[in-house]
Amino acid sequence: MSTITADAGRPVVLEESVAAKILRVVGKTPVHIFLVAIGLLWLVPTLGLLVVSILAPQSFTELGWWKIFAHPSLATWQNYHEIFQNHQITSSLVTTLEIAVGGTVLPIIIAALAGYAFAWLDFPGRDWLFVVVIGLLVVPLQMALIPIFKLYNTLHLYGNVFGLILFHTAFGLPFAVFLLRNFFVGIPKDILESARIDGASEARIFLRLILPLGLPAIASLAIFQFLWTWNDLLVALVFGGNTRPITVAIFTQLRSFSANIDIIAPAAFISLAIPLAVFFAFQRYFVQGLLAGSVK
Amino acid sequence: MGGTSIAAEPPVPGAPQVAEPGRLRRYAVAGAFLAPAFVLLGVWILYPAIYTIVRSFFGQSGFNDFAGIDNYKTLFSTSAITTAIKNNAIWVAVVPALITALGLIFAVLTEKVSWAVAFKTVVFMPMAISLFAAGVIWRIMDRQEPQLGTVNAFVQVFHDMFHPPGALSDAVPSTTNVSGSTTQGFVLRKPLGAGGVALLGVTAIPPTDVPKSAVQAVAPKADPHGITGVVWRDFKPGGGTPGKVESQELGLPGVKVELRDSSGKTVQSATTASNGTFAFKDVPSGQYRAAIGASTFAKPFSGVSWLGSQLITPAIIIAYIWVWAGFAMVVIAAGLAAIPRDVLEAARTDGAGEWQVFRRVTVPLLAPVLSVVFITMIINVLKVFDIVLSVAPESSQADANVIALAMWRTAFTQFNFGLGSAIAVFLFVLVVPVLTLNVRRFRREV
Repeated sequence: MSTITADAGRPVVLEESVAAKILRVVGKTPVHIFLVAIGLLWLVPTLGLLVVSILAPQSFTELGWWKIFAHPSLATWQNYHEIFQNHQITSSLVTTLEIAVGGTVLPIIIAALAGYAFAWLDFPGRDWLFVVVIGLLVVPLQMALIPIFKLYNTLHLYGNVFGLILFHTAFGLPFAVFLLRNFFVGIPKDILESARIDGASEARIFLRLILPLGLPAIASLAIFQFLWTWNDLLVALVFGGNTRPITVAIFTQLRSFSANIDIIAPAAFISLAIPLAVFFAFQRYFVQGLLAGSVK
Repeated sequence: MGGTSIAAEPPVPGAPQVAEPGRLRRYAVAGAFLAPAFVLLGVWILYPAIYTIVRSFFGQSGFNDFAGIDNYKTLFSTSAITTAIKNNAIWVAVVPALITALGLIFAVLTEKVSWAVAFKTVVFMPMAISLFAAGVIWRIMDRQEPQLGTVNAFVQVFHDMFHPPGALSDAVPSTTNVSGSTTQGFVLRKPLGAGGVALLGVTAIPPTDVPKSAVQAVAPKADPHGITGVVWRDFKPGGGTPGKVESQELGLPGVKVELRDSSGKTVQSATTASNGTFAFKDVPSGQYRAAIGASTFAKPFSGVSWLGSQLITPAIIIAYIWVWAGFAMVVIAAGLAAIPRDVLEAARTDGAGEWQVFRRVTVPLLAPVLSVVFITMIINVLKVFDIVLSVAPESSQADANVIALAMWRTAFTQFNFGLGSAIAVFLFVLVVPVLTLNVRRFRREV
């Protein structure tokens, strides 16, 4: 359909004089060149990491990664082959996945419950409490590191994946509650009222109506939480102990950067390939969530 | 956790439900929905925040060691932490403005091209990558040797345009007929007039320096109106006569030869051919000296030390901008899309040029969005941490220090919880006023 409309519009474009058309295209050329250059500038670093990750380690100290385009035979899967044999790295990938999945699912459930209460349940001090929850966004997580470190030592949650998940959950909540509450408020009141009149319990309304209707917001939030927890370094560095996600595993290799590049580069590439896949698969939700968080 | 809420709802058998169930029961339901969130927020954020504030007034050994504001005094007198504060000030002064400006430029320009989606995807992509991994990427890009580090390979292209590297890196004269050094150039002692032949023999040239195009050196023929000569590697395996062009001795191509007059001023210059010969034509009468110019020995570009102590913060900032520019672009582009087209059209019809439309209409209408991006970036920049750890090698981490890094160091590598708490509180105090602006906005939305 859209092509037909476009065709219908075409004669108008044809009326434009040839000179004007040339002027228009030429006038835009610098913009095109500039944007292509910027695009390349943004693409090259990641490409560089990918190439370095498939170079033999001695090549790293001898020649620039771009030389691989002249000598494709330098490429080898050896690094990847070895890294999947490396128990430290494989177990750290599992740990990362555990943290990211737990740190995504748990805050979404808890924030959805709270968001529903703030949006549709009636209790004294509701708006005031909601402001307090949002206000907690102000607290940088550095404020919690020392006391939680002590608490985790007492509760034996230090070095425990669950401890990391709970920390991420708590610090993900203020934004999550804010986002979901604002989304839930937009659900038409009639739907809820009629469900209540039909005798549905609040739990049922939450599970059968709110969660399905809130799916777009939940999806955005899920992507954010997933990326945030997958990419975390600081929290795991402080509370992880020997439970190391991939970021910490790479961090421990950084001291001898060139010598360990055969581990660092492929590990770093794997660690960013998953978030990138998530990003490309759910780009729309990602951008929506971003705009909900910053523009609104 | 969903189970809690279900349990909190007792079945109400029989009793015909009218609109209003018991008020307490409704509160209980609300409480059940809120309880998990409040427990987590209380235990993991509220209580720790208060604890940290209190803890910051006690010394390293714990609550039996009241220190008053000593930790805060130490904070401002420890050089590692003051460096961190200074660096963070640089970050705040430079980064949010740069990122907002770049985002605006990208957003406006992409409106003019048909492949905007592809461009936005590429620039936005690093947002999905962890700052830590982005740092690893840039540490590879920022290596010093131009043949290894991508950034310096790029810089080299421009550097060589203005300061081309010399043909040779090192040499000494082969005979006493030639004097000088690599920093001043080599001069033939004997002055020459038209018809003279200059034999500039040099030796001790690193084998890797001899250009591939070099061929057997040739002793030049005299030119009655000019001065001719040869620059050659005056070295023959197994010995030879210094100062004489012999077989198996290679000419040195690409060498800059200068003809200097009696005052030492260069009047002509020439470049040697692959057999080492050069010629100055139509030399006026007088005495001249032939010399190998110092530019022949100009050092090649050795690379900007991005990861060294001087430039480490700019290097990290570049990496950080690479990550966050896409965020600014996407948010600003959304703001741009929300500007009614007819407003812009009206301005254009009134005869405003593109720049004026941008300056007088677009930017003012975008102001709220720009300020959101700017404020968000200030907060992010104040808390910057992981990317510093991954870009900066250990040797320059002290120079790259930032507040969040100093806090982690103090608390979890030196286990000074008193001072660590004070740094955390300091960070908190910096973030609060900025974030309150954002939260205020949130509230207006509510």
